[in-house]
Amino acid sequence: MPESTFGLRRYSENKIVNLADGVQLVSFLVLAAMMIGAAIGVVLLSNIVYSAFLLALVFISMSGMYILLNAGFVAAAQILIYVGAVNVLILFGIMLVNKRQDFVPLKNAWISQVATAGVCLGLFALLSTMVLATPWAISSLTPIGDEAIIEIGKHFFSDYLLPFELASILLLMALIGAIVLARRDYLPDEILGRDRPSEQPSALTLPERPRELISGGK
Amino acid sequence: MSPGIDLQASFIELLEGFGLTHGVAKAIWIPLPMLIIVGAVTVLALVSTWLERKVSAAAQQRIGPEYMGPFGLLVPVADVVKLLFKENISPVNTDPLLFAVAPLLVFIPIFLSFLIVPFGQNLVITDLNIGVFLWISLSSIAPIGLLMAGYSSNNKYSLLGGLRAAAQSISYEIPLALSVLAVVMMSNSLSTIEIVQQQADYGILSWNVWRQPIGFIIFWIAALAECERMPFDLPEAEEELVAGYQTEYSAVKFMLFYAGSYANLVLSALLVAVLYLGGWEFPIPVSLIAGWLGISESTPWLQVLTGSLGIVMTLFKAYLLLFVAILLRWTVPRVRIDQLLDLGWKFLLPVSLVNLLLTAGLKLAFPVAFGG
Repeated sequence: MPESTFGLRRYSENKIVNLADGVQLVSFLVLAAMMIGAAIGVVLLSNIVYSAFLLALVFISMSGMYILLNAGFVAAAQILIYVGAVNVLILFGIMLVNKRQDFVPLKNAWISQVATAGVCLGLFALLSTMVLATPWAISSLTPIGDEAIIEIGKHFFSDYLLPFELASILLLMALIGAIVLARRDYLPDEILGRDRPSEQPSALTLPERPRELISGGK
Repeated sequence: MSPGIDLQASFIELLEGFGLTHGVAKAIWIPLPMLIIVGAVTVLALVSTWLERKVSAAAQQRIGPEYMGPFGLLVPVADVVKLLFKENISPVNTDPLLFAVAPLLVFIPIFLSFLIVPFGQNLVITDLNIGVFLWISLSSIAPIGLLMAGYSSNNKYSLLGGLRAAAQSISYEIPLALSVLAVVMMSNSLSTIEIVQQQADYGILSWNVWRQPIGFIIFWIAALAECERMPFDLPEAEEELVAGYQTEYSAVKFMLFYAGSYANLVLSALLVAVLYLGGWEFPIPVSLIAGWLGISESTPWLQVLTGSLGIVMTLFKAYLLLFVAILLRWTVPRVRIDQLLDLGWKFLLPVSLVNLLLTAGLKLAFPVAFGG
């Protein structure tokens, strides 16, 4: 821990939350029930908006699990990133294209449902045998608790530097891709054929409406 | 520096004096600060609605509420009573479940965030290690509640309002978090207590506002946008969207939105005070004054005085900021949605990134002044 220059760091006894075992067990059971129930709801409900809201519940119960594991920072990051960003974007996506169509029942839909259920159960069986068969190396170290942020920071800039930088490049690529897609205005085919015979679009540019047409619309 | 009064320890000692065991005494203590904070926050939010009425009246050269209690102080109480007794209406084609859950999703994270607001050295519910980060992550839950309210109301104005609110709070969260990060970088900790202590050395001169002027302004703008205050209250722009996502709400559910928005404003003002204006510190350090007067710092009455001065100072700073926010609301016109998003993404975001870089550079160059 870097010593604070002002020497005012409070008597920081290592505040690792050790709930009584019973309380811990009960909270684990409640969180697990909440998470599994919400996850099943995400898959089975036919209303996609409900599924998206339940997904937020799944993420929140996961962050509760992290709190039980004394990983407060990871829990808060989980809420910030998954609930606050990912899930809100999913909801945005749903609400911007929501056509409120009635659900048309397909003929013989049960075949595909049974097949899906079979695949899912098979996957579940495979994964659970894997979980049960693997001899997990359970660490005997005490949880790091409050010092976690410092340790995570150290790891990011030493042995996990490459994944960290790769993730940032991936995000940058996604950002640029989103900007390119958003800047492209919808271009009807006949205008494309008529107006731009001379201009040869190179392989790296997307077809784009000429600028003056857009500004003329305002 | 002395640790000041430790209410928890003295309360537990008192109960143990009555013959209770340590565990029982602690279990009795645990809910007390939470209840006190929930009550206090409700009162603070009500006071700010009263302040809004009075200041808006003054800004328009009216008198404002006058007859209900002294200076109209009972108006907020009447508001609450009215909203509690109103019929709980949910329109026909709404989605009843989501319609009921949405106000709670907006309301609960705001009240939960008061966990980390310190009013004094030991006057905080928990001194969490992740401190401010908890507030940032909790405040990111609110957009889901707003989207839920907009969607479940089955009303195009509500849906547009909800979408706008979510877009706005997502785009302003980033400059907000980046300016908090610059403060955190200087104080080497996310804990609100340590952020205040790091500003405590030279009284008003060591407050973060002098070292982080850009960050202070960005944080204030972003906080106003997060609270949907006037220059940025597009989600409920009444000329365009009736009342945005709250259009269909009434009675208790409306009260939750209303109280939540004012509690959020109080919370933001308190956090500006904590992050940039020295929190509970008096402009001249109390220990310095005590030294001049020749009083020992461990004198009991001085500690009580310091504790109460801390609460008064925190609230004073917060309400000063709140006053500025209310004046802004009644003097500044509303921005357009494209201006709002332009300001957030094209101006505040790059400026806050530069601010972060500048802070890092200054911290390396002058570790004495910037908490190296």
